[in-house]
Amino acid sequence: MSLNSRRALLRALPLALVSSLALSAPLAAQDETVTIGYAVSKSGPNATGAGITTIPNYELWVGEVNAAGGLEMPDGSRRMIEVIEYDDRSSAEDLVRAIERLATQDEVDLILPPWGTGGNLAIAPLMDRFGYPQLAVTAVTDKAPDFAARWERSFWMLGGGHDYATALVETLSAAKEAGTINDKVAMISVADGFGIDLVKAARPAFEEAGFELVYDESYPLGTSDFATILNEVQGSGADSFVAFSYPPGSFGVTKQAITAGVNPKVFYIGVGGAFPVYQKISGGAQEGVMSIGGVDAANPAIQDYFARHTETIGAPPDSWASAVTYASLEMLEEAVKRVGLDHAALAEELSTGSFETVLGEVKLEDNQLRQLWWVGQWQGDSFVAVSPADREGAAAPVIPKPEW
Amino acid sequence: MLYLGIAAVSVGGLSVLPFLLGDYGTGLLVGLAGYVTLATAWAMFSGPTRYISLATVAFFGVGAYTVAVLNEVLPYPLVLLCAAGIGATMALLVGLSTLRLAGIYFVIFSFGLAELVRQLITWFEVNVTGTLGRYIFLDLGAREIYWQLLALGVCTIGLAAWIRRSRLGLALRVIGDDETVAAHSGINLARSKLVLFVASATIITLVGAIQAPRWVYVEPSIVFNPTVSFLTVIMALLGGATRLWGPLCGAVPLFLLFEWLSARFPDHFSILLGLLFMAVVYALPNGVLAAIEGLRKPKRNGASKEATA
Repeated sequence: MSLNSRRALLRALPLALVSSLALSAPLAAQDETVTIGYAVSKSGPNATGAGITTIPNYELWVGEVNAAGGLEMPDGSRRMIEVIEYDDRSSAEDLVRAIERLATQDEVDLILPPWGTGGNLAIAPLMDRFGYPQLAVTAVTDKAPDFAARWERSFWMLGGGHDYATALVETLSAAKEAGTINDKVAMISVADGFGIDLVKAARPAFEEAGFELVYDESYPLGTSDFATILNEVQGSGADSFVAFSYPPGSFGVTKQAITAGVNPKVFYIGVGGAFPVYQKISGGAQEGVMSIGGVDAANPAIQDYFARHTETIGAPPDSWASAVTYASLEMLEEAVKRVGLDHAALAEELSTGSFETVLGEVKLEDNQLRQLWWVGQWQGDSFVAVSPADREGAAAPVIPKPEW
Repeated sequence: MLYLGIAAVSVGGLSVLPFLLGDYGTGLLVGLAGYVTLATAWAMFSGPTRYISLATVAFFGVGAYTVAVLNEVLPYPLVLLCAAGIGATMALLVGLSTLRLAGIYFVIFSFGLAELVRQLITWFEVNVTGTLGRYIFLDLGAREIYWQLLALGVCTIGLAAWIRRSRLGLALRVIGDDETVAAHSGINLARSKLVLFVASATIITLVGAIQAPRWVYVEPSIVFNPTVSFLTVIMALLGGATRLWGPLCGAVPLFLLFEWLSARFPDHFSILLGLLFMAVVYALPNGVLAAIEGLRKPKRNGASKEATA
């Protein structure tokens, strides 16, 4: 092959492929369907989180809406949902490109957010530029107020690390004042964004509440041996053990605490504690374990949601972000019914309207969902909410927790 | 002269593409230009020396992190300069201490390097700055990022072409064939490898730095994603790591193929990636360009001379 013709081929190849990609993209929305696009991590490190919290709820909701005849429009007509989904392979670059593709190539009517704080921040400027409302559920960030102001059509629905940490301190303070636990706390945290956010907020809050941090260490993400840590915790004299941990670390520390017979009066772990699989991990000894999130298990709407999720997906949802994800979709559905698919009107409605969801009546404050459960605890077969304690539906925390 | 003319026209054509292709097309071009540059830079060192490096993402991530740390304190061009400087320094230190390793030891070390850098940054952020996760609010659209990557890619291919014709390129090919012979012919092994390693790593660092503003939020687990290293290697190997245009010929079709797969088979990416890896290694050990030439009768031009060299 001569150099010239090879060059020509090299130049022609990408163009040909690009145009074939463009042609093979699904046809633009027809009048009778609503196209909804999302890019989520189906492979790579984020796939676990997306597979537990995000994807099942998207599938459940789309299935239910379509079974009911489609998404209801303001004029009462119903339009079936057509889904376009991409795998972002847990890469921010691929995710950003997928959003560009959904917005400009597929020209979808609505875009659902990806899983994770990083993913939601990566797409926020694009969603803003293309004008799509962004219901960022699985993003825990203390900067939510700044982001909501920066990108007017973004909604932040899972609070920040500060909220979770201070709520935990309040719960423990109440127990300390009641005399059920002493003033010593042993705390460990995973060295990633999430662990650091929580521990940074927890340290001053514990001290202010009169607790003494007798043990305070961070451990690298991926640590699987907690024996030494638990040994020192055991010897520290603390009644409360707090681990701002991440799966699989949350599971590892639980199993090893059971094996070693480490029985603090408060056993708190981070992400993963509210997962249904936690019951299996702890061998049925989950009673009294505290973690992030929680649900109002006595609420019929939540019970119904758990039943539908279990039936359709084959597993119950997690008791932290799943219900919030589903509620965000219910809000979207209701907003479309009220104002249609116009992005500006939708964003306005989401920002100002109030909505009936599985979480109860929901109204955003400054584009953020603040009506959240911050601390939960395993009581029986449910991971119930215990904080904020004064909110309707909160259960009383069981402290001290029964031994493993 | 003719080649320069063709090159100028092609670069001109490539740089106006974003105006014709729209937002998604531009996004594709960013990815394409990024991986073509990564694969070419990777092959610049690993092709002739046959040191398979899995450290791509170590440098790529350092570039991205540098931008995340400095984007609010320094003007953008200076940030890029700092990124290049940090990448080069790191490559120099790493190269000095490890380029004596050979074969599988180097592969393992280079893979570990990415994890090492990631843990070091994490440790530093946790214990010193008390924050993990940084924001990049730079007003750079996909188009500006593409143009920077295109410029970097053109420079990389130009540099690779120049090195191939220089004494250094010849020296590296001898090293790749037989280090003992190379040493006996008076080639300074350590210096030749080090120069190329630093050049290659600096370019890779810059790719990470240029792409980072697209992600807005950066934390170690996002920028040190090992998939980047694997994709770079497989792209360069598919095209042929010992040829100038090989990495490009591997990167473009593979990138577009992955893009197509992520839409058509969103649930099977990992399986398909693995199968593709095996196919490339077993069926096309020298790359597609060599395979195509093997099918055709060798002609009297530059390419066939290389094949016999």
